[in-house]
Amino acid sequence: MILSVNDIRFSYNSHAVLDDVSFCVGKGSVLAILGVNGAGKSTLLKCLNRILHPQAGSVLLGEENLFKLSQDAIARRMGYVPQQHNPPRLTVYEAVLLGRRPHMGLTVGKADFAIVERTLERMGLSTLALRPVSDLSGGEMQKVMIARALAQSPTILLLDEPTSNLDLKNQMDVMGLIRTVVSDGELMAVIAIHDLNLAVRFADQFLFLKDHCVHALVSRDDLNAGIIEQGYGLKFMIAEVAGRRVVVPL
Amino acid sequence: MLKPSWSRGDAGGKISSDAPLPPSAAAPLGAVTESFLAYVRGKRTLMVSLLGVTAFLAVVAVTQGAYDISPGHLLRVLTGSAVGPADIVVWKIRLPRIMSAIVVGWGLSLSGLGIQSLLKNPLGSPSTLGISQGAAFGAAAAIVIFGQQMVSVTVFAFAGAMGATAVIMVLASLRRLSPQAIILAGVALSSLFASATVLIQYLASDTQLAVIVFWTFGDVARASWSEIGMLTGAVGVASIFLISRRWDLNAMAAGEVTAKGLGVNVNRMRLHGMLAAALVAALATAFHGVIAFVGLIAPHIARKLVGGDHGLLIPFSAIIGALLLLTADTFGRALIGSGALPVGIITSFMGAPMFLFLLVRGYR
Repeated sequence: MILSVNDIRFSYNSHAVLDDVSFCVGKGSVLAILGVNGAGKSTLLKCLNRILHPQAGSVLLGEENLFKLSQDAIARRMGYVPQQHNPPRLTVYEAVLLGRRPHMGLTVGKADFAIVERTLERMGLSTLALRPVSDLSGGEMQKVMIARALAQSPTILLLDEPTSNLDLKNQMDVMGLIRTVVSDGELMAVIAIHDLNLAVRFADQFLFLKDHCVHALVSRDDLNAGIIEQGYGLKFMIAEVAGRRVVVPL
Repeated sequence: MLKPSWSRGDAGGKISSDAPLPPSAAAPLGAVTESFLAYVRGKRTLMVSLLGVTAFLAVVAVTQGAYDISPGHLLRVLTGSAVGPADIVVWKIRLPRIMSAIVVGWGLSLSGLGIQSLLKNPLGSPSTLGISQGAAFGAAAAIVIFGQQMVSVTVFAFAGAMGATAVIMVLASLRRLSPQAIILAGVALSSLFASATVLIQYLASDTQLAVIVFWTFGDVARASWSEIGMLTGAVGVASIFLISRRWDLNAMAAGEVTAKGLGVNVNRMRLHGMLAAALVAALATAFHGVIAFVGLIAPHIARKLVGGDHGLLIPFSAIIGALLLLTADTFGRALIGSGALPVGIITSFMGAPMFLFLLVRGYR
């Protein structure tokens, strides 16, 4: 299954934010959206699941045009974790069960409970199930939000800065979990992210946004310092440390 | 692996891409789910207990008063096997009053909860946002223009409530207007409607003035069975609407963008929910005058007891609202003896300190 995003154009009151943005992602792969603040990373994510309505372009999942579906139907295919969220006054279990909303009829079914149970276990949240979300640490809270998106049983996971406000350990934990669920499952992830090193470590493809357009779309093997330099307008070096590629601004 | 074992059709005639797997109905639920369901059962037990307390208080309230009725006598009156003064006291005076207290408390509390959740404003309620005062103004205008007819008073009260709701919703939809600013707008609206009501009182004849003043007290004593029936209908519809949208409300509590990502049509939900909340508040105010603060306090008490899941929060708020108003009214009757203090006065005495407490504590 392939997500293909074609010629997305979006503007706020005649102020262009995205101009003809196109890319493809396949199942099992993670695409990182990169670019300076205001490049349109968050806007692009919101255009994919119709939280914002782009003026032109289409999003196809396989053969299916997602823009012709209802918001509910889109939510059954795309799980979305926004950058900012209010910690709800819910228990962890309730917060993850909320992800089943697009699939639910009037009542919660056994299948919904089974999915929540499995998702909690997978995200290492089982022991916290009855704790209020607002009592959790930032890292735990972010895992709950991702668990909620996974409980939507999506094909595509859209994550907006999933590691901002997290310490180093939690950044690694969260990105590691995302990588694992994407590699294991029938999933793909599109992640807007600031941290180049996390992106290089966990993503397969990199979409650089610059001046409202796609500046570059490269796979992990083709990524080089030149592309990053042009994307960010800074000098960079890609070095190998302990067998890992790291990006260092110069 | 995270696929649902069932799927449902999509709008637009598309077939869902979720592959249907065989249903796992026979499979036992996991340990975490069992502990969650036990937690929910605990809350439901508490809810049934609160219902029991409300019912007990209602029975006590029917038997107490200037004309003493023993529980046994009450049973005979209710089954129709006793005639006489007790029959009139129970059916014409006490039962309508008690039913009104329960339904109005239930309705105002739901209305307050709806407003708090839909506008994400912990200080929201029909009385703090000026919706009740709008209804009171409409009713006062109707009394002067058309006399004391139920239909015109109700229609005008509803129009007043909707006017206030529309102003609040327009303000709330403007970006970055904080919950505090909305409450300030409510204060402005309340005093605008209060002044307009005073103007009408100034222009009214002596008889009309007496009716308006008596009417604005906020009392559950004066309802007829047909009014109780209408209000019960509206409250029932609002209750069913809100409970059927409990997951949408939960999603909206997590933030507007999150809710949209979960497939909620946020604007439509907010519009419908506010309409339901305003309808209930308008009818309650049209029949009973302004009864302040119940709609503010009851949802907060419910939240303390059960947290933020609207599946529990909606019934708990409703029951606590009913219990609060019934308690306040019974207290008002016991306080004065043969007569009764209008319950609106008591709820204001109860509610104002609570409102200040919420403000000081930072109302989370």
